[in-house]
Amino acid sequence: MKQIKVHYFAVLKDFTGKSEEIIVTQAERVSEVFQEICKKYNFKMPEAQLRAAINDDFCDWDQLINHGDKIVFIPPVSGG
Amino acid sequence: MLFEISSKPLTPEEYKRSLAQPSCGGFVSFEGWVRDFNENKDVTHLEYEAYPELATNEANKILRETQEKFGVTNARCVHRVGDLGIGEIAVWVGVVSPHRGEAFQACEYIINELKVRVPIWKKEHYQNGNSGWVECHECKKHAHGTHPHTHQHFDK
Repeated sequence: MKQIKVHYFAVLKDFTGKSEEIIVTQAERVSEVFQEICKKYNFKMPEAQLRAAINDDFCDWDQLINHGDKIVFIPPVSGG
Repeated sequence: MLFEISSKPLTPEEYKRSLAQPSCGGFVSFEGWVRDFNENKDVTHLEYEAYPELATNEANKILRETQEKFGVTNARCVHRVGDLGIGEIAVWVGVVSPHRGEAFQACEYIINELKVRVPIWKKEHYQNGNSGWVECHECKKHAHGTHPHTHQHFDK
């Protein structure tokens, strides 16, 4: 089992009701973590609508995760 | 080249002065202001949120790209976060270069790229008491209703 920290922003912060949490998971890849979160908080959002980041860098959805990683799922941006 | 996130009102005069240098004859800036309407709804104020570490990295990357693409001398961008009232400055972009042409191009490039690449979000609060996170403008433009495909504008 790995322990990771997931941060939530914007609409995902609203869906989960929190800005960050520690998750203990057997997930191997970023996409599996996202599926776990969708299930846990009972929402659906296609991966293609978001981007993922590990340790403050954009990453691919099939990126492998490691114990201690910081993971962020990035909803469509709307700055400016 | 410098990008910053600010929780305090922006101070354009100060940013402008910081860019001035003897070799630069052209200065172009853009300010994004909070507007009182969007898509037929009356907006009372906006709330901006950023993922600071990645927003800063990505925006600094955009600023560096303007040097490579347009050869401008320097560029700066500041984005506000928190609650903003109508008329407040949400984003400031400034570019200096020896001549005006490349400064105009670079300034437009920075704001266009920022809007699709930098993890910053705005929530609109409406006159009727409702509120909502603004949907991706590029998705709307391309009518990405159900997202059956990858986000092209994210893959730049």
